[in-house]
Amino acid sequence: MQTYEVDGWTALGDPTRRAIFERIADRPRAVGELASELPVSRPAVSQHLKVLKNAGLVMDRADGTRRIYRLRPDGLGALRADLDRFWTQALAAYKAVVEQPPEEAP
Amino acid sequence: MSTQAADTSVRTSIVVEAPLERAFKVFVEDFDRIKPREHNMLGVDIAETVFEPRVGGNIYDRGVDGSECRWARVLAYEPPDRVVFSWDISPHWQIETDPEKTSEVEVRFVSETPERTRVELEHRNLDRHGAGWEGAREGVAADQGWPLYLQRYADLLNV
Repeated sequence: MQTYEVDGWTALGDPTRRAIFERIADRPRAVGELASELPVSRPAVSQHLKVLKNAGLVMDRADGTRRIYRLRPDGLGALRADLDRFWTQALAAYKAVVEQPPEEAP
Repeated sequence: MSTQAADTSVRTSIVVEAPLERAFKVFVEDFDRIKPREHNMLGVDIAETVFEPRVGGNIYDRGVDGSECRWARVLAYEPPDRVVFSWDISPHWQIETDPEKTSEVEVRFVSETPERTRVELEHRNLDRHGAGWEGAREGVAADQGWPLYLQRYADLLNV
């Protein structure tokens, strides 16, 4: 299981990054395209893409002089890994609750 | 606690020091305490999470403004042994209205001793969330939301 510097939820907490991410989800895009579609400078777009990439949300590849960004194709494997963690944690929380002494009626 | 996963499902289990009936009751009635309120698709804070204890019921979050997010349908309700519910959340943190694109969670409660219960959870048919993964949008657009959402949940529980 990979770990990333920033978790995806945090990365998407920023509205501009969310907008960038949604455009990339629609189809792969280059930095210049994103900058032209959004009220954000090209350097700012690059910075946001860096965060998204560090969070494991997007990947890039060179296309001539451009870099094309797309979502990471982790698919089912990533979903399973995260659900596995999710339920393991949820059951741990459940265990803590269920093993508490029953509350006395007020 | 142990975990394992098949290709399109996740299985995990835990043993709790509680009688069978109480183990079941707490899971359903205290689901609000198992699931953090920050785990939220509403636009407002969650006031409570409700697990309706009947087939055809929902699990839903109710916001502080009264709005509701019904994100699961109870498919089987067999106290104190078993409950099954659907998982109706799309990869983009929205309710999935197409049942064909939802997965399901089965929770089984097995008595080990009069005071100890094993709880087995299986979240299966995960591939249904990916309907279209290989098709439109370069085959990757639909599969990103869940991991993020769940990671956030895990982080909250992990404090």
